[in-house]
Amino acid sequence: MKKLLIVLAIMSAGLTYAQNKNAKANIEIDGVCGMCKMRIEKAAVETIGVKRAVWNVETHELSLIFNEKKISLDAIEKNIAAVGHDTPNHKAPDDAYDAIAMCCKYRDPAVVEDHKNMKGKHGGGR
Amino acid sequence: MRKWFLILLLTPLGLSGQQMLTGQILDGSADGEVGLGGVNLIWLDTQVGAVADFDGNFELPYKPEYKQLVISYVGFKDDTLTVSGPGRIVHTLEPDSSLDAVTVSVEKKASSRSFIQAQNVVLVSSDELLKAACCNLSESFETNPSIDVNFSDAVTGTRQIRMLGLTSPYILITTENIPAIRGAAQTYGLSFIPGTWVESIQITKGSGSVINGFESITGQINAELQKPTTDVPLFLNLYGNLSGRLEGNFHWNQKVTDKWSTGLYVHGNIRNQKNDRNDDGFLDMPLQEQINVMNRWQYTDTEEGIVSFINVRFLNDSKQTGQKDFDPSRDRGTTNLWGSEIDTQRFDVSGKLGFVNTELPWRSLGIQGAFSYHKQESYFGLRNYDITHQSFYGNVIYNSIISDSRHKIKTGIGFTHDAYDELVEGTNFDRIENSVGGFFEYAFDNLDALTLTAGLRVDNHNRFGFFVTPRLHARYEVWNKGVFRISAGRGIRSANIFTENQQLFATNRTIAINDEGGSIYGLDPEIAWNCGVSFLQGFELFGRKADIALDFYRTDFENQVVVDWETPTAIRFYNLEGSSFANSFQFEFNYELVDNLDFRSAYKFYDVQIDYDSGRLERPLTPRNRIFANLGYEINKADESPSWKFDLTYNWLDQARFANTSQNPVEFKRPERSPSIGTLNGQITKVFSKSFEVYLGGENITDQRQTDPVISAENPFGDNFDTTFLYGPIFGRMVYAGLRLKMN
Repeated sequence: MKKLLIVLAIMSAGLTYAQNKNAKANIEIDGVCGMCKMRIEKAAVETIGVKRAVWNVETHELSLIFNEKKISLDAIEKNIAAVGHDTPNHKAPDDAYDAIAMCCKYRDPAVVEDHKNMKGKHGGGR
Repeated sequence: MRKWFLILLLTPLGLSGQQMLTGQILDGSADGEVGLGGVNLIWLDTQVGAVADFDGNFELPYKPEYKQLVISYVGFKDDTLTVSGPGRIVHTLEPDSSLDAVTVSVEKKASSRSFIQAQNVVLVSSDELLKAACCNLSESFETNPSIDVNFSDAVTGTRQIRMLGLTSPYILITTENIPAIRGAAQTYGLSFIPGTWVESIQITKGSGSVINGFESITGQINAELQKPTTDVPLFLNLYGNLSGRLEGNFHWNQKVTDKWSTGLYVHGNIRNQKNDRNDDGFLDMPLQEQINVMNRWQYTDTEEGIVSFINVRFLNDSKQTGQKDFDPSRDRGTTNLWGSEIDTQRFDVSGKLGFVNTELPWRSLGIQGAFSYHKQESYFGLRNYDITHQSFYGNVIYNSIISDSRHKIKTGIGFTHDAYDELVEGTNFDRIENSVGGFFEYAFDNLDALTLTAGLRVDNHNRFGFFVTPRLHARYEVWNKGVFRISAGRGIRSANIFTENQQLFATNRTIAINDEGGSIYGLDPEIAWNCGVSFLQGFELFGRKADIALDFYRTDFENQVVVDWETPTAIRFYNLEGSSFANSFQFEFNYELVDNLDFRSAYKFYDVQIDYDSGRLERPLTPRNRIFANLGYEINKADESPSWKFDLTYNWLDQARFANTSQNPVEFKRPERSPSIGTLNGQITKVFSKSFEVYLGGENITDQRQTDPVISAENPFGDNFDTTFLYGPIFGRMVYAGLRLKMN
């Protein structure tokens, strides 16, 4: 029991680290689908200093937890833009955007519209 | 303020008390099973929805009023699924170039191999468990090719499971990740977990994780039990078969307060009909009675942040077997008639607690604790065997990441305490085992083709000393839907020679332990390495999904307690000198033949050899070749209307080596090898509605039988009496029927 309490104490001590080691940010990243999600999250989490990255297909919101001592939000955005996704402060370079799959072409209104249609459409039952 | 809330770390449960629908969406355009990430799921006419993760896995709240689930994704056809209850579904979305056509198809896979995990895991869902009557956990594997089911002896009718060619003591069997069937419970323990209590089973081939201890060698089996918040409020199952066995299962689940839910699970079975179809004077199966009661409490408080499970279980089981006219009150302790009684009482308490930090969601802490008291009193003819086993188990697991969420770690400490008190034909064997250890497991996922789990634990054990247990599992997706896995690991355990080989008491063999000085019955602990490779390929065949899986595993013993049956009048235990190994090869092919008709098949090859003091021999009663085939068909699968389910399983066992009987008088000799044997089981289920279904089944439909299971049945007190030469069913065809009633 004593050991357990010590472990618990250590755990909770670990959680009181200064905020900037676990800075949180939610930014909007343009994208449309699950493939985008994979690409965005991979680019984000492979950035040194980023601990966790989860992108929501519906809201286009990327939730980040990262160490401010090691990386700036701007640098993370750059890395995401570099794989083809527009961020609030960085537009993806054309060559990166061209490289993403057809279904991910979020700048194409037709693709976005298709996606919206899919969401709105409730199958046809049987 | 920092918000905490707790989850049960090691269970796939939802965080809150509400019912959940979980599952995976697969990409129909890829070959084989590849998860489709980012898919939108929404309950029809609600705002309740979810988005599937990278691997297509999703989880969303379920309520009985949610009936239609709409699944959509750009470039794929919309699907609307009719969902009849919470649980797990696997669904494939078909690609669509036009984006217009809408088709509906529903698929719910009953058992599946994981394409994602580093370990070679086979998941058995509750659907699979309903394919056979599955009266208890030992019978739950009949429709699964990864586990082999054998009978252990001709008197107790105990089913014994094997994995990779080795018996169940080499498998770590857990319930909700707490080691459950070990020590004194090893032989009969599987029959002490009623089938209806089991929600799902995960089978890991290979050494498995280090988190739950050092004992697993060939694999791990984890059974998830029904939970008060996800099981139906009222459940009743009645079962009867033509051997006179009656069973009843009753579940009652109730939300007590906002935070507390409780479940009461009661099982009873009885057989008081005497069966002796082969007229050898011995019962084909024991007379038995079991009462088994479990009470679970689940505490969920998302605001204050507490969720916990507390289980209490009590079991009383009694069996009587032997000669048909044996009357315990009259004949016990005499040589009038040979008979046996096995009485078991067991009491279990266990608890689990988990914490997750919502600020830093990768940090969590889990605590598990369990106590069990197991007492068996038994006699077999004139041989008495009693065992009492008390066990404590504790484990604390901390989860976090290193640098980012691709690198996950689990670390913690665990302890076990086992006190054994055995009385073997008047000789007392007492033993206490204590161990304390720490473990560390690192898991890497490159978010693409590679996943890897490497674990290490160090333990200090009062009888084994200090030792290290390394385990490694890796998965690499070589090409689309082609998954290659390797695993390697070490395991160590003490062989409970009497309780694990309890069938020896139903013989007149003399017991000899030929070594001394070791720490367990004078013998050394068993130590083995297990290494394996496997390859899984999903593909399309004539437009339908198929997969093949190839496995090769080898278990190599550094030390083993050799159980030597090769002298017909003796059983001898001694430490291995030389080598002992089990090679296992499995080829599996699964295919959907037509809509809703699934075919599964497997070929298995085992080469299990031991260096006895008389030379190297195949392990007795281990067939070298096995064939498994299963056909499952459903009518009106997707519909709300009454449906039918059909299931047929064929098992073929090659001839197996009998232990040496050459020194026996000619009438008691057995051939060198048993005949081969094939058995067919089938079940038909009629689902009238969500709340009522009935089933009718047959085991061993073609009535295959071993005609002479008992050697020297006429003279059970003579030197040659032996019931362990068992390779096939004794009873022959058996028909059963049952019903399941669920009330919401």
